[in-house]
Amino acid sequence: MNASLKTALMAGILALADIHACAAAATAEVHIDNFAFTPATLSIKAGTEVTFINRDDIPHTVVSTEGQFRSQALDTDDKFTFTFATPGEFGYFCSLHPHMTAKIVVEP
Amino acid sequence: MSKDQINQGRIEDRKSEAEVGEGKSEAEVREGLSRRGALECMVWAGTGVLWTMAGGVPASRLIGSAQAAPETGFSFVQISDSHIGFSKPANPDALGTLQESVAKIAVMPQKPSFLIHTGDITHLSKPKEFDDAAQVIGSLKIDGHYVPGEHDYIDDGRGKAYLERYGKDTQGAGWYSFDQAGVHFIGLVNVVDLKAGGLGNLGAEQLAWLEADLKSKPASQPIVVFSHIPLWIVYQEWGWGTEDGAQALSFLKRFGSVTVLNGHIHQLMQKVEGNVTFHTALSTAFPQPAPGSAPSPGPKLVPPGELRSVLGVSDVVFHQGTEKLAITDHTLAEAQR
Repeated sequence: MNASLKTALMAGILALADIHACAAAATAEVHIDNFAFTPATLSIKAGTEVTFINRDDIPHTVVSTEGQFRSQALDTDDKFTFTFATPGEFGYFCSLHPHMTAKIVVEP
Repeated sequence: MSKDQINQGRIEDRKSEAEVGEGKSEAEVREGLSRRGALECMVWAGTGVLWTMAGGVPASRLIGSAQAAPETGFSFVQISDSHIGFSKPANPDALGTLQESVAKIAVMPQKPSFLIHTGDITHLSKPKEFDDAAQVIGSLKIDGHYVPGEHDYIDDGRGKAYLERYGKDTQGAGWYSFDQAGVHFIGLVNVVDLKAGGLGNLGAEQLAWLEADLKSKPASQPIVVFSHIPLWIVYQEWGWGTEDGAQALSFLKRFGSVTVLNGHIHQLMQKVEGNVTFHTALSTAFPQPAPGSAPSPGPKLVPPGELRSVLGVSDVVFHQGTEKLAITDHTLAEAQR
């Protein structure tokens, strides 16, 4: 392997690492207040890490309608984090109070 | 007569006056009152009301502080929503108010034959919460029959902790039936595998079991069904109801006396449909707002001096031979009158 190819490869790897670092840095929050997820629809870029925070004094859960993610029971101020890597629409609800529904829209 | 009883009397009087004012005869008003009482009777917390079941139509009267023990029949108590582990401002000591509830049961004039707990024994399904509840309730030394609330199913094993303690001799997620003194009791589970956007749920397997369980029972046998979430739709917006509850109730239509006991909504509510009397119990931990009266069904903060007037237990007396079931709700504050 010659030096220039090596450099190019390294640059490529670094660039990929960079993209990955950027994506990992993107974060968003969903709050649970008064038995509701806020915002009810959250639009994010693929790779965004979403943190769900329960601010009620009753436990809630964050459960994907299609089974892609599921939190434990979140007591007051407990958090659940999930990274949405792939584009699409992800509906979720609270399995204890299933009238609480919301969705995450992941754009490419 | 206690202050609460006087207040209750005044409310009823006011209703009558208003309707007489609408040009209705007194007889029409009386008929309207009893019909309304039967169809949408909601007894809000703070008083003790005795409900008597006769031929599917309940009559209510306010109870005095001194109660005579019934001569025949047997009684059982319902407690609900003890939420052991809850320590938020609405009640920093849920274990303490459970102890008070149990103390109230211990001094009932007729010792209850057994106890029914309609779920949310614990707040977070933790072993210590289950232990504490079992220790306090166990001090009564009477049989306990339980159904889980959604709070009893949130351990990592998703119900394992509950079923290890209360799942013996039950089916599926913990449903079962038993007979006592000619009354058929059915404990149903409607807090498991809930669907997004939906309500409480019994599921096909449990419904099939229920239908089979009832098949051999004569229509004259009194039936008591208990589950955590109300089997009827109390308030859809807050998820207070059971998606497939109507299907369960369809199996009960042919029976002459059906009593449905629920919890979950932390307030008294009563309604009658045909031969079915629905009753929801007070919590022993904290009250919740009336449907739609607050932004959410979260715990309702009341002034500390009033907490015990919105917590309590119910006792149900079965009068042998008459197929009557009388439900009496006792608040924790009663003893302090």
